[in-house]
Amino acid sequence: MALLVCAAAAPAEPPRIRVGSKSFTESYILAEMVAQIVDETGEARAERRLGLGGTGIVYGALASGDIDIYPEYTGTIAQAILKEPTLASVQAMRTRLGARGLTLGVALGFDNTYALAVRRDAAARLGLRTIGDLARHPGLRAAFDPGFLDRGDGWPGLQRQYGLRFAEVRAMEHALTYPALVSGRVDVIDVFSTDGQLARLDLALLTDDRRFFPDYSAVLLARRSLAERFPRTWAALQGRLGGRIDNATMARLNALADLERRSFAEAAATFLGRSSAETARRPARELATLTLEHVWLVAVSLTAAVLLGLPLGILAARRRRLAQAELMGVGVIQTIPALALLSFMIPLFGIGQLPALVALSLYALLPIVRTTHAAISSLDPRLVEMTTVLGLRGWRRLAWVELPLASVTIMAGIKTAAVLTVGTATLAAFIGGGGYGTLIVTGLALNDVGTILTGAIPAAVMALVIHAAFEALDRVVVPRALRAAPSASN
Amino acid sequence: MIALRHVTKRFGGRVALDDVSLAVEPGATHVLLGSSGAGKSTVLRLILGLLRPDAGEVRVEPTAPMGYVVQEGALYPHLSAGRNVVLPARAANWSAERQAARLDALAALVGLEPELMARYPHQLSGGQRQRVSLMRALMLDPPVLLLDEPLGALDPITRASLQAQLGRVFGELHKAVILVTHDVREAFVFGSVITLLSHGRVVQQGTLADLAQRPADPFVTEFLSAQAPPPEMARELRL
Repeated sequence: MALLVCAAAAPAEPPRIRVGSKSFTESYILAEMVAQIVDETGEARAERRLGLGGTGIVYGALASGDIDIYPEYTGTIAQAILKEPTLASVQAMRTRLGARGLTLGVALGFDNTYALAVRRDAAARLGLRTIGDLARHPGLRAAFDPGFLDRGDGWPGLQRQYGLRFAEVRAMEHALTYPALVSGRVDVIDVFSTDGQLARLDLALLTDDRRFFPDYSAVLLARRSLAERFPRTWAALQGRLGGRIDNATMARLNALADLERRSFAEAAATFLGRSSAETARRPARELATLTLEHVWLVAVSLTAAVLLGLPLGILAARRRRLAQAELMGVGVIQTIPALALLSFMIPLFGIGQLPALVALSLYALLPIVRTTHAAISSLDPRLVEMTTVLGLRGWRRLAWVELPLASVTIMAGIKTAAVLTVGTATLAAFIGGGGYGTLIVTGLALNDVGTILTGAIPAAVMALVIHAAFEALDRVVVPRALRAAPSASN
Repeated sequence: MIALRHVTKRFGGRVALDDVSLAVEPGATHVLLGSSGAGKSTVLRLILGLLRPDAGEVRVEPTAPMGYVVQEGALYPHLSAGRNVVLPARAANWSAERQAARLDALAALVGLEPELMARYPHQLSGGQRQRVSLMRALMLDPPVLLLDEPLGALDPITRASLQAQLGRVFGELHKAVILVTHDVREAFVFGSVITLLSHGRVVQQGTLADLAQRPADPFVTEFLSAQAPPPEMARELRL
């Protein structure tokens, strides 16, 4: 962390423009275009902070000044960001955003609106042509992206508008809805009209005959300071991208990444008319780098959780009243969904490793506090009472008797926390925290199981390695006689 | 030097001790005799300061550390026998040399091989564990020694041999000893003064001969005769 701060403070550093994106293919490609144009123009160096989850996270990062620019959609800006669903013109949005220190570029040219998709054979069999046709088939099963499921211009509004009822509506990560639809597990999914998958998977898009879905024209959403400090860059972005990308072009670029397994950078370069040799200068981050990042995330957050959790657990064991409130507190943290907790961190700590470390530490707290409390408060009362008679007080009672006796249980709690943290740390990628999650997020965006596994398998291996490491650590921490699990001890 | 005056102790609604008075002088061995639940252990824990009386007064003079041995020893399973024994000396910041010298002397006193000090409690026999526990209680050479059914969990043969040994050790030490037992034979072996407790009340105080020959209450005779006395005890007490 100190290194990062030093690096940021070094005066010789060229100015940077931090480019963000959401974690789906189109957003990655557009952000790559922006980054490549920034580098080409030469006013500043592009720093990629890609795959920052959904609107909440990436917009949060922009609002807090952790990124300078990212691709967004007018419909999302009106509905989710400004919360003025009736706002239609880009100019009106630009005015409203100006009050927040933000600005909008000109529209890029394509409209990536929501659409509902069904399998082509099912469409033929059930006579489905428009969204309205779905109302006649209440037995269908739907899977929607959580964002679509919640927003007013998504499922709730659509359901009212068309009077739709399904047998089952479940929330599912967008990339996973395609395989679910193709395999017949669900019948209806929400898609984006520029999805590269649509052509390959032989899906039918249902016509929005009542014009429910608002306009989702792609635009660049930026901090005003970017446009002011780097006018040539801002102008280049408008000139090269504004009005230049139509629906067909975007769908083709998406397919390039999703279906032809080209990198986001390559897809972007193809559009910008650059050779892929030029873009090859930035090799995909090595597995070794991601492993180091992941180990760092786990090690630092676990250490913090132990340093905080042990005293909290001991305190809870000493003060019965406090214990209730304390255990409830750490329990509540655990019930916050990981992504929500991560997004809460952005206003406080921005994006990157720091908020991820804080969130992971909070998550690891519960097993550590709970087992420490349970282990110490369930010690044999005769053994604890004897400490008073023998004149052991304060830290000596703790260090010589209570902690050694409780060590087996406490270590089990820390072990649990460690293995959980390895898994949870994959979510850090959603707020730019790095680690194996980077591959998983990218793989999800590409619907590429291979890429997902290159992140998921090392994470699983690391969980096993860490478990083994803690078994070894037991030999150091737990007193020898307690490891033998004596049955005849007093 | 140890005196309870009209002490009452309740746990929730249950009266554990009801107006109990007793006094113990240095060099004397005092036996608290009674069935389980009579309140014997509560007396020890009041003297140790682990409990406070609800009424009455507990006086301990001088306020020096006290030795305490409980049934099954309460040795710390993560520490070797030797580390268990020196624990109070470590807490009192004794030098390592002084600890080691005292450890050797105590092992000799209770008749344990020095090699046993490296073993963990679960590697010792029940009798060895109780002797280690006694060593730990004696580590700081306390003027008062409190023993709560110290031999209660031992088999009869070990128990008999340890009784004899303890009797000899107490004789050498000249400490105030309070021993809690439900065993009339043990009271006979150790007790110069016996306090018979029942349901938290003192039924009678005196020598075993007093209790046998001039029972204050039919319960005294009932309690003594419930446990068949060995022949030499019956002979001496003319039962």
